[in-house]
Amino acid sequence: MVGLWQSRRIPLSLLLLTRQPVRLAVALAGISFAGILMFMQLGFRDGLFDASVTIHRLFDADLVLISPRSTSSVSMAGFPKRRLVQAMAAPEVEGITPVHWNLLLWRNPETRGTRSILTLGFEPNDPLFTDPSLAPKARQLTQKGRVLFDEQSRPEFGPVAEWFKAGRTVESEIAGKRVRVAGLVGLGTSFGADGNLLTSSETFLDLLPNTPPGSIEVGLIRLKPGSDPAAVARRLQAQLPSDVTVLTKQGFIDFEQNYWRTSTSIGFIFTLGAAMGFVVGCVIVYQVLYSDVSDHLPEYATLMAMGYKLLSLLGVVAREGLLLAAFGYLPAYAAGQGLYLLVRSATQLPVFMDTSRAVTVFTMILVMCMGSAALAMRRLADADPAEIF
Amino acid sequence: MAAPAAIALNGLCHWYGTGAMRRQVLDGVNLQVAAGEVVLLTGPSGCGKTTLLTLVGALRQVQEGSVQVLGQQLNGAGRRERQQLRRSIGMIFQGHNLLRCLTAEQNVQMGSDLLPGLSYRVRRDQAREWLRAVGLGDELNKLPHDLSGGQKQRVAIARALAARPRLLLADEPTAALDSRTGREVVELLRSLAREQGCAVLMVTHDPRILDIADRLVRMEDGRLMEAERPSLLATG
Repeated sequence: MVGLWQSRRIPLSLLLLTRQPVRLAVALAGISFAGILMFMQLGFRDGLFDASVTIHRLFDADLVLISPRSTSSVSMAGFPKRRLVQAMAAPEVEGITPVHWNLLLWRNPETRGTRSILTLGFEPNDPLFTDPSLAPKARQLTQKGRVLFDEQSRPEFGPVAEWFKAGRTVESEIAGKRVRVAGLVGLGTSFGADGNLLTSSETFLDLLPNTPPGSIEVGLIRLKPGSDPAAVARRLQAQLPSDVTVLTKQGFIDFEQNYWRTSTSIGFIFTLGAAMGFVVGCVIVYQVLYSDVSDHLPEYATLMAMGYKLLSLLGVVAREGLLLAAFGYLPAYAAGQGLYLLVRSATQLPVFMDTSRAVTVFTMILVMCMGSAALAMRRLADADPAEIF
Repeated sequence: MAAPAAIALNGLCHWYGTGAMRRQVLDGVNLQVAAGEVVLLTGPSGCGKTTLLTLVGALRQVQEGSVQVLGQQLNGAGRRERQQLRRSIGMIFQGHNLLRCLTAEQNVQMGSDLLPGLSYRVRRDQAREWLRAVGLGDELNKLPHDLSGGQKQRVAIARALAARPRLLLADEPTAALDSRTGREVVELLRSLAREQGCAVLMVTHDPRILDIADRLVRMEDGRLMEAERPSLLATG
C-alpha cells in the first residue's frame, strides 16, 4: 500500500476532467440522466412483476401443486384433489391445504356494478397464509355465505371496509348469490386481481356450482423442518401422474412472474426504456470523451514524444471513463431513491432500491463509460508525436 | 574521446510521399554530435531540419542510412525500442506544448515521473528544484494559461531536463519569444545542459543566439555543410 502511494503519479485523468468544469458538468448530467432513466424503468418493471405475486408470497407452503394447464393467476385450471392427498404419503410432508381459486364477479354494494375479484376458497381450519392473524378470522367462515374482504382492494369494489369498520352489516352478491362480509384482511392488489376475497370451500362451491367434484386449483404442501423442498418436489413430480405440476413456493412465484414477463409486453417495454437510457448515456459520454481527447491531442502527442507509452495514455482515457462512471452514478442513485419514494406513495407499487438493481445500473453505467472511453481512445491513434515539431 | 557520440548519422536519407509524389528531404546526411556538445542547426525553411530532428528523436521510422543515438541504432528499431529511447531524450518545441490542465509544477513532474524507482515526494521535490533552476520558484502552482511566453518556455525546459536526458533536441525554442527573453531562455538551456553533461541539438533561425553554440551546422536541400569549424572540442 505504501509502495503504491509512493509510486503514484500526477492524477492526470482527474485533472483533465476537473479543470474543465463545464464539460464535466455536461458529462455528469448526461450520465446521471441515463442512470435515473435506467433506475426508473427497471424499478417500474420489477415493481410491476413484484406486484403480480402479492398473494403468492403470502401462502404458508413449501411446495405448491397446480394443474399443468394453468397459465397464470387469472386462468387457473383444476386438478384432482386426490393428488394432494397422495402427496401426504411422502414422509417429509407435514400438512396440506387444498385451495379453490377463481375470479368471480363481485357486486359493488353501493353502485351495484360488478367487477371481477380473486376469490380463494379453503377449509377454515387449515392454515392458508403465514400471517398468524388470519386463523381467528377464518373461524367466522365456518358459517355458510360468509367472506373475508381484502381492505386493500381497489375502491371500485365499494366502500366495504369503511362500512364494515363503521359497524354496518355489509352484504353483497357474488355470482348472483348473497354473501355477508364477516371480517377484513390486508392482502394487497396485484396485476391480475384488483381485489381479494377469502371464503370457505363450502361457500366457494356454492358460488360456483359447476366446479367438478374433488377438483381444486392450488394445493399447498408444508414440509417438516429441515427437509429440502427442491428434492421433495422432484420426487413428488416423478411419483404423481402428469395431471399435476409440483413447484416450490419460489417456483410458484416464478411461474406467475414468468407469465407477465414473457406473455405480456410489460417486460419488453420497460427493458426497452432502460436500453434507451443506456444508449443516450453512451452517446453523451462518447461525445464528451471524444472531444476531450481531440482537444488534447497535441498534449497527448507531447507525452508520447517524452517517452510515455501509448498504453499509459490509453490508461488516462480509461480512468477518465471510470471517474465519470463513479461521479455520475452517485447523483443518479440519490435521485433514484427519491423518485422511488415518490412512486411508492403515488401508486402503491412495491418499488424499492434493491442491491441487485443498484449493482445492475452501476454496471450499465460502467459499461457505458468504459465503452465510450474505448471508442474515444481510437482518436489517440491520431496523436503522432512526429507531427508536433 | 571515450564517451560514445550522442548522435552519429551516416548516409541518412529520407523521403516523403510515394510514387510520382515521392520527394527526397534528406540526402546522405552525416553528422556527429559528441556527448555534452551544443550544436546549432540552421538553414532555410523546408530544407529538412525538422525531419532530421524527428528522426534523431526516434519519433519517425528511419528509411535509409544509419542513425545512432546514445549508442543505439535506430534504423530498424521497433516502436517499443524507440519509445524507451525517447525517455533519454529531452524535447523542447516551438510552441511550449505544456499540458493545459496541469500547474507548472505538475507539468515538470510529468518529466520526472518518467524516472524509475523514485518516490512521489522525491519526484515532486525534483520538479520544484528544476523550476527554481529556471527561475520560476514562485510560480509553482500557476497554470500555463497564467504564465508569459518566456515563462512557459522555461517550464518546458525544466520539464525536458527533469527526465534527466542525455540528449536535448530543441526546435526553434525562441520562435515565440522576443529577442531578450529568447536569449535568456537559450542561455539558461545551455548552462543547464552543460551542468548535466547533456548534448544539445538545436534547430534555429534566430541569428542572435548562434554564438552560444560549440558548433554550427548549416543545412541546404537535404544536405549538411559544416559551416563553422568545430571550435571547442576540448569541452566536456
